[in-house]
Amino acid sequence: MDRAKRTLAPYLLVLPGGLWLLLFFAVPMVTMLSLSLQEGDIVNGFVFTGHWQNYTESLGDYRTQLIRSLVYGAITSFVLIVMAFPVAYWIAFYGGRRKATYLFLIMLPFFVSFVLRTISWRMLLTDDGVLLHPLKEAGILPGDFTVLGSPAAVIAGLVYSFLPFMVLPIYVALERIDPRVIEAARDLYAGPLTSFRKVVLPLALPGVFAGVLMTFVPASSDYVNSELLGSSETTMIGQVIQAKFLSNSDYPSASALSFTLMAVLLIGVFSYARALGTEDVMKVAAR
Amino acid sequence: MSPTDMPNPSLLRGMTQSRLGRRDAFRLGGLSAMGAFLAACGVEGKGKPQASVAPDAIAKFWGGKTQTGSLNFANWPLYMDPKKPELKKFTAKTGIKVTYDEVIQEMGPWFAKVQPQLSAGQSIGYDLMVITNSVQFGQFRDSGFLAPLDHTRLPNYAANAAKSYATSTYDPGNTFSIPYASGITGIAYDPAKIKEPITKLADLWNPKYKGKVGMFKDLQELGNFGLMALGLDPAKSDEAAWKQAAAKLKEQKDAGLVRNYYDQSYVDALGKGEVWITQAWSGDIFQKNVSDGTNFKFVIPEEGGTIWTDNMAIPSTAENPVDAIMLMDYLYELENATTLAEYINYVCPVPGAQAQMEKHAAAATDEDKEFLLSVAESPLVFPGDAEYKRLHYYVNFNTAEEKNDFERVFQPIVLG
Repeated sequence: MDRAKRTLAPYLLVLPGGLWLLLFFAVPMVTMLSLSLQEGDIVNGFVFTGHWQNYTESLGDYRTQLIRSLVYGAITSFVLIVMAFPVAYWIAFYGGRRKATYLFLIMLPFFVSFVLRTISWRMLLTDDGVLLHPLKEAGILPGDFTVLGSPAAVIAGLVYSFLPFMVLPIYVALERIDPRVIEAARDLYAGPLTSFRKVVLPLALPGVFAGVLMTFVPASSDYVNSELLGSSETTMIGQVIQAKFLSNSDYPSASALSFTLMAVLLIGVFSYARALGTEDVMKVAAR
Repeated sequence: MSPTDMPNPSLLRGMTQSRLGRRDAFRLGGLSAMGAFLAACGVEGKGKPQASVAPDAIAKFWGGKTQTGSLNFANWPLYMDPKKPELKKFTAKTGIKVTYDEVIQEMGPWFAKVQPQLSAGQSIGYDLMVITNSVQFGQFRDSGFLAPLDHTRLPNYAANAAKSYATSTYDPGNTFSIPYASGITGIAYDPAKIKEPITKLADLWNPKYKGKVGMFKDLQELGNFGLMALGLDPAKSDEAAWKQAAAKLKEQKDAGLVRNYYDQSYVDALGKGEVWITQAWSGDIFQKNVSDGTNFKFVIPEEGGTIWTDNMAIPSTAENPVDAIMLMDYLYELENATTLAEYINYVCPVPGAQAQMEKHAAAATDEDKEFLLSVAESPLVFPGDAEYKRLHYYVNFNTAEEKNDFERVFQPIVLG
């Protein structure tokens, strides 16, 4: 009896989450895969015909946007690493008793809706807004200078939106480092730079890896930042998919684009994992 | 996300390592059986020819329907005085309680949102909705999602509406809908930034306004302007014309003239100086000038502007259709149509409202008087023959394929 319970327990525990995933993740995925191979229109219905041209056609029309999204995602992740690492490092090693407060401050913006925050960026950066207007008046910037609508504005928005998702994983990785390991490095005559490079950085890599996973994927598929801060020159693939789903009711090619994006992201993430040699990193981290 | 939600290393390893062995490969073979399953996940359509409604459709729909004492009204934002005086009067007179929601922002998403419920024959929670004569109007109509109107229940409409609406191409004879308000798509500009008067569509292609031109994201609105700039009539255009228009719009974009392709946010962009000259909807500019004290100008271009109509319609699955049609007719009482137009400043479907508004103005004082007179005399609220001559109707799509072709021609311009 007891034994039966014990064998069943893990399955029972996984049941609620498993069912949830099955219902709200697996079923929509299969439906979407099916849709991506259908033909028709919203009024007369879509019929499964194995119409794989949905993939080639939509990709033919929108590969620029797909590539642009991946580039923006990659730049965003890179900028995030550069920005988040020092913050996480400082909180982990110099945060003292206030660590929790600092982490809370990092999370604080999340208490306001993300769309609202992006809209306030718009208000700050707009052509005659509080930031640019005085600079233009003072003659520091030319009168026709604009920030909004440029790739830089979109990437800045993405970086802002996802900063906590990079800080937190790196912080967790750094937090786990036993200070004595660093002391040992110093005892063995490693300078501050060498001990950082040879000890701290490798130990922090799993955090960086997790951070990239959590930022690159959503940043590449984001559609809000480009919509609000960008222009037609910065259209990202998420916007294309959104327009096809909602404005045009063109479900098949929207699904095909979604699947293509997913496939490309998965391939990207796997090759990234391989290139970084996650296995070794993990071994180090597990010690 | 809190730090404890971090994937642990072994999980990460599981996610990123290849674990497919030979046996798994065999097991994957079974997936081919999924093909059949995939085919079962179709999206059912409801299309059937709806060129004319069966003669007994009206009797069939309305038979046995009775007043319930409440109704839910789905409308666009800023499309009624926030105090809802007309609805209050309606409730006082009939005892019918009206729940008013500003839930419609764009036609595409609205159709996408309610389509599944309507397909399944379920109520969408609204008995009355205001929908534009766009592509989606045709989708609603052709899917059989709109209740045929019983015109014996619409005496005020028959008495007061402008006759031209009965001959519209999207709903001839007002079988499924009656207008709520119409609007004009033209050009708005900021005279503080642009000194010379703007009169024609070609001004949207003027290199002087490089980076300060706003265009609409809506493909029909955008395509229409491309077509009219070439002197073509949108309502009679074909694919060859669309391609020419797209080339014209692409030229405008490639020259760096277009700041962005906007939805309703173009008003804001104009207010913030992001754009100086933009495609615009007539009522918006009027309202913006009144509420923010701006002095933007709206013009119907020489080459033409477009006129569109927002229509009241009853979803086929409405739970309170009798109450809904009563409200539809009530809004056509002269006094109600007048006060509604006084607030929204879009083209009023009731010509008699102009004289009524002048009466209101005569009874008012100072600022109110001035304002009401300006509305009553505005060619954008009560267009005259001179205006109508320059107004074109939307592109008509006979088949879904045509609509897809149209979208494929123009979509790449917006999503560059």
